[in-house]
Amino acid sequence: MRKLHTFNGGIHPPEHKAESNAAPIASLPLLPRYVVPLSQHMGHPAAACVQPGDRVLRGQVIGLPEGRISTAVHAPTSGIVSAVEMRTLAHPSGLPGLCVVIESDGDDQACPTPPLDWHGLPQADVLEAVRHLGIAGLGGAVFPSAVKLDKGKAGHIPTLILNGSECEPWITCDDRLMRERADEVIQGAAIMRHLLGAETVLVGIEDNKPEALAAMTAAARGAGFPVEILAVPTLYPSGGAKQLTQLLTGLQTPTGLLSTDIGIQVFNVGTAASLYRALVLGQPLISRVVTITGHVARPGNFEVRLGTPIQALIEAAGGALPGASGQIVGGPLMGFELEDEQSPVAKSVNCIIVKHPALFPPAPPTLPCIRCGQCALACPAELQPFELYWYAKAKAFDKTERYNLFDCIECGCCSYVCPSHIPLVDFYRFAKSEIRARDKDSQAAQIARERHEFRQFRLEREKREKAEKLAQKAAGKPASGAAAADDPEAARKKAILQAAMERAAKAKEGVQPQNTDNLAPAVEQEIQAIEARRQGTDASTPPPEGDKSPVSTP
Amino acid sequence: MLTAILVLAGIGLVLGAVLGWAADYYKVEEDPVVEKIDAILPQTQCGQCGYPGCRPYAEAIAKGEADINRCPPGGEDGIQRLAELLGVEAKPLGEGLEPKLKSVAVIDESTCIGCTLCIQACPVDAIVGASKQLHTIVADQCTGCELCLAPCPVDCIAMEVIPARLDNWKWRYPVIRLKQAA
Repeated sequence: MRKLHTFNGGIHPPEHKAESNAAPIASLPLLPRYVVPLSQHMGHPAAACVQPGDRVLRGQVIGLPEGRISTAVHAPTSGIVSAVEMRTLAHPSGLPGLCVVIESDGDDQACPTPPLDWHGLPQADVLEAVRHLGIAGLGGAVFPSAVKLDKGKAGHIPTLILNGSECEPWITCDDRLMRERADEVIQGAAIMRHLLGAETVLVGIEDNKPEALAAMTAAARGAGFPVEILAVPTLYPSGGAKQLTQLLTGLQTPTGLLSTDIGIQVFNVGTAASLYRALVLGQPLISRVVTITGHVARPGNFEVRLGTPIQALIEAAGGALPGASGQIVGGPLMGFELEDEQSPVAKSVNCIIVKHPALFPPAPPTLPCIRCGQCALACPAELQPFELYWYAKAKAFDKTERYNLFDCIECGCCSYVCPSHIPLVDFYRFAKSEIRARDKDSQAAQIARERHEFRQFRLEREKREKAEKLAQKAAGKPASGAAAADDPEAARKKAILQAAMERAAKAKEGVQPQNTDNLAPAVEQEIQAIEARRQGTDASTPPPEGDKSPVSTP
Repeated sequence: MLTAILVLAGIGLVLGAVLGWAADYYKVEEDPVVEKIDAILPQTQCGQCGYPGCRPYAEAIAKGEADINRCPPGGEDGIQRLAELLGVEAKPLGEGLEPKLKSVAVIDESTCIGCTLCIQACPVDAIVGASKQLHTIVADQCTGCELCLAPCPVDCIAMEVIPARLDNWKWRYPVIRLKQAA
């Protein structure tokens, strides 16, 4: 048996798992309309490849991956595309994003997707297939799995960890999935193991899920490769990728590096199951298990087609009970308030909690930080949350970075234990998004600077070229003369030209310009006399005095 | 006594020679402060500071000719960072300058006559078009400097504020309740 390690801090919030983990995963009736967001994963949104009026089949690609970190989006049922438009998404911003709206035709006709021989095909082909089957991490971060499954230059990644901790209160979708589909999870792990070249496969499950542990252990026996199913102590956030890695291997991911740099890759159990379904059963990712719990009539887990309005999911659970005060998407510690109940379920949505003031009392008033250090004791990333809080509050972002803000996993332990009820994580999220925006701005500024400098250079060059052209034009004659020297025809022409010019010059010399026409004979005589005198002085050596003063000339 | 003077004078001469050589050998061609200031400036090249671009403004700040609060696109954050870099007090944006929301220029294509005047005005070559051909602005490269607005003879360019989208959305500064609401 593998020796388990520990991570710093952690908390024990009330679990609230029993509400929703008793009933098996149910399915939702086919809805008349699905709104499928094109941006359901981390990275670049998929590009719509259908137009309003197109007929689509279940599992047909409606959004193609664009860029390296991206994945495809598929139609959840057969029907007609009625619009490709902006719709409100289940996102903390409550902002709209581009969605494909599909009016279902009720047939639910599947688009044939042949199973893939993942064992025989080259690595690159399998990864391309994973990318086009829309697989992304279902633990919540929705990072495209094809990117994570690429072992890249490393050659192989020795350890594969499957994350079945599900440490956040209220959420039970992975618990139910492991109980009911343990075989699929293990089959998915086999594919991941093959692609990564992993030797060790570890599955971490919190010990508050004995049924899931039993089911997974049973499935692992028939896996055909070594899988270790490990019960980790129930302690939030044991399901954080870095925390689970530390629990199972004792290794910490260094700041600024990825877990692959220390030879470990972590996937959610749901991702493994969806990978198996996609590659072996030919079912692209068009649905996921979602927990609906809290203040609803029948809390439970549902296999929900992506694009289902959250409202429909709440109704499937018997509807919100009277006194409900909003919904949380995700868990109570890391989730966010839902702005619009019509927002669709996306790949990232693992849980909907309908709130009630008794279950989620409004936060007590915030008091000043008393520097008690509780947050630092609770922080699983071993940060100094109070320091980060001060710097983020003062918008001293450089300082927050120096205190390793980006190692924060936003688990909310610090806010949970804070005796002053300071929403610490909100400050870290604010600081992180400000820093990201600033980095983006400085990249844009760098491009603008380069473009401006190039423009200056171009204007300068154009000016110089113009000046050179003008100079060449001005010096055109000698330049053409030099060129003519070796061309006999041009030389002949030039000789003629030269002769003509000389003749003209001689003729010019011969003619004395005299603007003296039609004069009286007396005036004419006077002029001639003056001319004669001038000729005379020119011929003789001029007297030294006379040269200086024309007045003295006789 | 004499030995001590000679020894000290010798040490002084040797060190002086080393320093003189180092000053020459490690000479910095350009003023590094200008580079650092220029790196903080937003590179809109808008000229609102009164200088013909970001770099001239950076040079003026480095020489002490210009104040650090003359750059509206840089905003409060920019002034703060300049103040930190130069070790001076941050101050509010200078008189007559107003912070504006980030915008891009948009050409009304039905009005554009293709005169190319805006192309000549754009400091970052973000406008494409040719004489008597429709012009358009490459939004990704537009810095929002507004320099193209004035030269347009038909006033067909307008500034549009960049709306909040999923890809540029930011978490708000947390508003915390200090007292129990009545």
